[in-house]
Amino acid sequence: MHLLVCGGTGCRASESNLILESLKRELEEKGLSSEVQVIMTGCFGFCEKGPVVKVMPDNTFYVHVKPEDAGIIVAEHVIKGRPVQRLLYVDPKSKEQVPDSKHMGFYRKQIRIALRNCGFINPENIDEYIARDGYASLGKCISELTPADVIDIIKKSGLRGRGGAGFPTGLKWEIASKNKADQKYVVCNADEGDPGAFMDRSVLEGDPHSVLEAMTICGYAIGASKGLIYIRAEYPLAIHRLKIALKQSKEYGLLGKNIFGTDFNFDIELRYGAGAFVCGEETALISSMEGRRGEPTNKPPFPAEKGFFGKPSNVNNVETFANIPVIISKGWEWFSSIGTEKSKGTKVFALAGKINNVGLIEVPMGTTLREIIFEIGGGIKNGKKFKAVQTGGPSGGCLTEKHLDTPIDFDNLVAAGSMMGSGGMIVMDEDDCMVSIAKFFLAFTVEESCGKCAPCRVGNKRLLELLTHITKGNGTMADIDRLKNMCNVIKDTSLCGLGQTSPNPVLSTINNFMDEYVAHVTEKRCPAGSCRELMKYSIIVDKCVGCTACARGCPVNAISGERKGPHFIDQEKCIKCGACFEKCKFGAVLIK
Amino acid sequence: MEKLKSLADLKRIREEAKTKLDLRVRGDNPEGLVQVKVAMATCGIASGAKQTMDFFVEELDKRGIGAVVTQTGCMGYCYAEPTVEVQLPGQESVVFGYVDRKKADEIIEKYIKNGELVEGIIPVNYEKID
Ligand SMILES: Cc1cc2nc3c(=O)[nH]c(=O)nc-3n(C[C@H](O)[C@H](O)[C@H](O)COP(=O)(O)O)c2cc1C
Ligand code: SF4
Ligand code: FES
Repeated sequence: MHLLVCGGTGCRASESNLILESLKRELEEKGLSSEVQVIMTGCFGFCEKGPVVKVMPDNTFYVHVKPEDAGIIVAEHVIKGRPVQRLLYVDPKSKEQVPDSKHMGFYRKQIRIALRNCGFINPENIDEYIARDGYASLGKCISELTPADVIDIIKKSGLRGRGGAGFPTGLKWEIASKNKADQKYVVCNADEGDPGAFMDRSVLEGDPHSVLEAMTICGYAIGASKGLIYIRAEYPLAIHRLKIALKQSKEYGLLGKNIFGTDFNFDIELRYGAGAFVCGEETALISSMEGRRGEPTNKPPFPAEKGFFGKPSNVNNVETFANIPVIISKGWEWFSSIGTEKSKGTKVFALAGKINNVGLIEVPMGTTLREIIFEIGGGIKNGKKFKAVQTGGPSGGCLTEKHLDTPIDFDNLVAAGSMMGSGGMIVMDEDDCMVSIAKFFLAFTVEESCGKCAPCRVGNKRLLELLTHITKGNGTMADIDRLKNMCNVIKDTSLCGLGQTSPNPVLSTINNFMDEYVAHVTEKRCPAGSCRELMKYSIIVDKCVGCTACARGCPVNAISGERKGPHFIDQEKCIKCGACFEKCKFGAVLIK
Repeated sequence: MEKLKSLADLKRIREEAKTKLDLRVRGDNPEGLVQVKVAMATCGIASGAKQTMDFFVEELDKRGIGAVVTQTGCMGYCYAEPTVEVQLPGQESVVFGYVDRKKADEIIEKYIKNGELVEGIIPVNYEKID
């Protein structure tokens, strides 16, 4: 028998290590330590109910366990084999106690559709993919369904593009299929330039065949015989695995001529990008693939009409494609039963920032931020207070405390002033300054703007300057209005999605954290204590013993005072480097 | 490799591959092989998954334990890389996090040899569709 005690950050904070010790002690006293092992584990993804203890092999799941409960667990469960009723998890819906973790709803908080094979099969072996019903959907499409049937299934499934905008995939395919041409293309967007997002990389590294299969299905549906994957050269492992996958599926004849003995031909090639964010925008992506500069063009015409070398091209995201084979095999009814009314299926999120369980998760659309951050994500690092989460990367906005219980889907995120984007979730805590966060994303867009149109090229730069101005304590209230104004102009007049969304982080932080902007400009104070220029260093006279360590450490000689006497910091000279704070052994340096 | 000319060909390959994979999943492997899967995506490799994988391959062999060591993609627990899934014959698989050489050694000596669990288990908290 094993007793698993959660040693994740959340449970550890509520003394799970004491539970572990008490259990060991109890077992020792009863002479059971050789038969029953107590083991500390990683997070169960259930931190709100922690500390958690699980008994194996019967899978009994105890919640809110206290060190004092060790005695009864050993006496009742271990010795008499009777689970301790009052520690069992109570299902919030049925209000009933759940005897073991196999029946617990929370294990179903995550459903893996796009990630179904990631971390399960060997991505470099096509047979393992086939064993998991791989390529059966392609077979079914080609031999049993007409292209119109396939499009109909995808339309009915309600699948929306996972690359950012959430455009209905079936509709996109339908448009591409109706455009007549001698050559059409299926393009997979694997550019993934959003900082903090890595789900597409994981899919390509963990399950490349699912994308190849889906692209081939798409080719059949829209009447294309050629596929292109645009992937950034910064993803060498994903490229390596894709190459192996391409080779294997060609050898099996799953790509190439006369697939499954029919007259359908389809082939896929790789195209490499140099890692520019704007090249993820579909028209820029196509220009880049054509060997031209990666600059967006006006839409219309959309790629479905005039895409790669002027031919109709259907562009979809990696994760969008990864859903396709499952929709075909399990049916659109099944897929559309998951999620919310207008956003079906699941979404993969990359959790990053001040969260305990950094990683990839896949949850049904409609899951709340609270469930994602505090249960699956294990809560905020170091027990700090949650402040905001940025979704949609540099094109999105921040969500705050008041959005914690909003079911997440495409439309709710837009209504909350953010967007789904590719699925990056950057979590921020009380130490993060929201003006600086806006500045961080703006700096990214300024760097990544292609420079084709003035509002984005010049406007974003001016926005960044204003933000920098404010974080240095030189801003005025009029600057905040100026920011807002400029944001709206940039949004309205930029050519492509990059410029049209780049002011979002600024607008949403102003909307949600106006008080922080105001503190920066009127009080010259950074409430989160993160803007260096706004910090004031001073010495608490009562605590200063006159050791002179600070004065000797100050690089600009801003500190004066006699040995054994109190010291002072000349605010004019101080460059706020923090050296004195680090040098002082008596805690006499105060930062405000 | 032969070309698959029809759905029937695919089905045949699937059945063969399934038998192999099923054995791995259910674990009632007649030869009693231990299965070790190392998550080898960029996040894992960056934290040393390659070294961990090499260690398992070499050491299991040296210590005379019949095992199949394979690579797989990201399991999603990026905070605890390298992650490794171990399945003893006839048992449910267990995922371990932060598996460096030292931990790998402990896993071989305690869990694989004696079935004694060691610290570092990551409870799997998702449902995977079939
Ligand atoms: C600046 C910018 C960057 C983008 N980056 C990506 C990207 O990295 N990956 C992606 O799939 N879509 C990206 N998109 C969205 C694409 O233009 C396009 O809408 C998407 O690939 C369509 O696929 P979907 O319908 O499957 O989502 C980006 C859009 C913009 C405006
Ligand atoms: S909005 Fe920005 S990125 Fe888009 S075309 Fe204009 S300058 Fe280039
Ligand atoms: S830390 Fe114990 S369940 Fe998350």
